[in-house]
Amino acid sequence: MTTIAVAETPLSLGLLRLADTALVHAHRLSEWCGHAPMLEEDLALANIALDLLGQARALYAYAAEVEDAGRTEDDLAYLRDAPQYRNLLMAELPKGDFAFTILRLLLLAARDQPFWKAASGSRDATLAAIAAKAEKEAAYHLRHAGEWVIRLGDGTVESGRRMREALAALWPYTGELFEADVADRALIEAGVLPDPADLRPRWEAAVNRVFAEAGLARPAECWMHSGGRSGRHTEHLGHLLAVMQHLQRAYPGATW
Amino acid sequence: MVTVTEHEHLLAAARAAAGRVVDPEIPALSITDLGVLRDVRLGADGVVEIDITPTYSGCPAMRLIAHEIEAVVEAAGLGRPRVKLVLAPAWTTDWITPAGREALRRSGIAPPAPGGGRRALFGADEAIICPHCGASDTEKLSEFGSTACKALWRCRSCGEPFDYFKCH
Repeated sequence: MTTIAVAETPLSLGLLRLADTALVHAHRLSEWCGHAPMLEEDLALANIALDLLGQARALYAYAAEVEDAGRTEDDLAYLRDAPQYRNLLMAELPKGDFAFTILRLLLLAARDQPFWKAASGSRDATLAAIAAKAEKEAAYHLRHAGEWVIRLGDGTVESGRRMREALAALWPYTGELFEADVADRALIEAGVLPDPADLRPRWEAAVNRVFAEAGLARPAECWMHSGGRSGRHTEHLGHLLAVMQHLQRAYPGATW
Repeated sequence: MVTVTEHEHLLAAARAAAGRVVDPEIPALSITDLGVLRDVRLGADGVVEIDITPTYSGCPAMRLIAHEIEAVVEAAGLGRPRVKLVLAPAWTTDWITPAGREALRRSGIAPPAPGGGRRALFGADEAIICPHCGASDTEKLSEFGSTACKALWRCRSCGEPFDYFKCH
C-alpha cells in the first residue's frame, strides 16, 4: 500500500490541518445522507458536507502547490494514512445521534466563522480567497446548527437529555480548537493565519448565547483531549479512512 | 499578424460562445447571467483564457461548466481555451444580472434579495416573494434545498413550495 507524507513546512502543515478537519467533518456529515431524521435535514447535512468538501479541495490543491512535489489534491486526501492526518479530534468522532452531530457542527462552525473572517485578510492571497468564500458558508452553518441546538436543548425531556449528553461528550474536545504550536506561531507572526486566542471571545459569545437560549449549562472547565493536529488520533479515524480511501486502496490510481 | 480588430472579434466571439453555457442545475440561467463567467482574454500564446468562479466552494457543477466552455469555444472555431477556476473576489448573489433574476423567477425559483448579504447567527429572514403567484406571504421550510445555492420555501397564499436562491 502506498502511503505518502507531505514535507511539512509551517504553511503546508497549517493548510493540511484546515483541509483535513474540513474533509473529515464533511465525511461524518455525509454519513447522514439517507439517514437524517427528516428529508429537509438530510438535504441540509449533505449540503453542509458539500461546502466543507469544497473548502477541503481548495485547501488541498493549495497545499499540493505549496509542497511542489507533483502531487494532487486527491493524492493528499486518499494516500495519507491516519498518522499523516492533521485534523482536530472532534471532527473524527463517530457521528453519534443527531444531537451529537448538530452540536459538533455548532462548536466547529462557531470557530470557523470568525477564523475564516479573519483569514480573509490574510497576507497569503490564495488563503484569503479561500477564506472569503468559506466565511459565508460557515456563517450559514453556524446559524443552522444554533437553531437546532436551541430547539433540541429546550425541546422535550428526551431531546434535552440527548443534547446534554452530547455536550458532555464533546466539551473535552473543544480545547484543541484554540491550540497554537510553533508552526501556528510562525504563520500568525507572518500574518498568514489568525491567532486562535483572538477568536476565542467570538466563539465563547456564540456558543454561550445558544446555550443560554437552549437551557444548556456550560460544562465546567476540564481536562482537554489533544493530538489530532500532530497526527495522534482516536481509533475512529482509521476506520473512517478505510471507508473513504477504499477505492484508491483497492484499485490504485483509479480515475473517475 | 493579428490586428487589434481581429483580436477584439476573437474575444467577442469567445465571450459570446462561453457566455451561452448554462448552469446544469438551473438550465434557464447562463453562466453570464449567474455571474460565474468572470473574464475572457487572450493569452500571450494566442490561446483564449477564460476565468470562472464557483458559487459555493463545493459546487459540483464547476467541472461540467468548464468542460462545456471548452467544447463550445472549440466548436466555434476559436481553438481549445484554457479554463481557470478563480476564487477571488468571492462570488456573491449580487452578481446575478437582472435578466438572470427574471430567468430564475420564470423557472419557479425566487431570486435572492438584492444586497441582502450576510445574516448573523440569529438574523431575521427576509420577505421572499412567491415566484408562482407573486404573494409575499411565504415561509421558510428549510435553510437548505435541492442544491447548495438554494433554500426551500412555501407560499402561504397559493400553497406551492418553491426554491429560493440563497442570498450569499
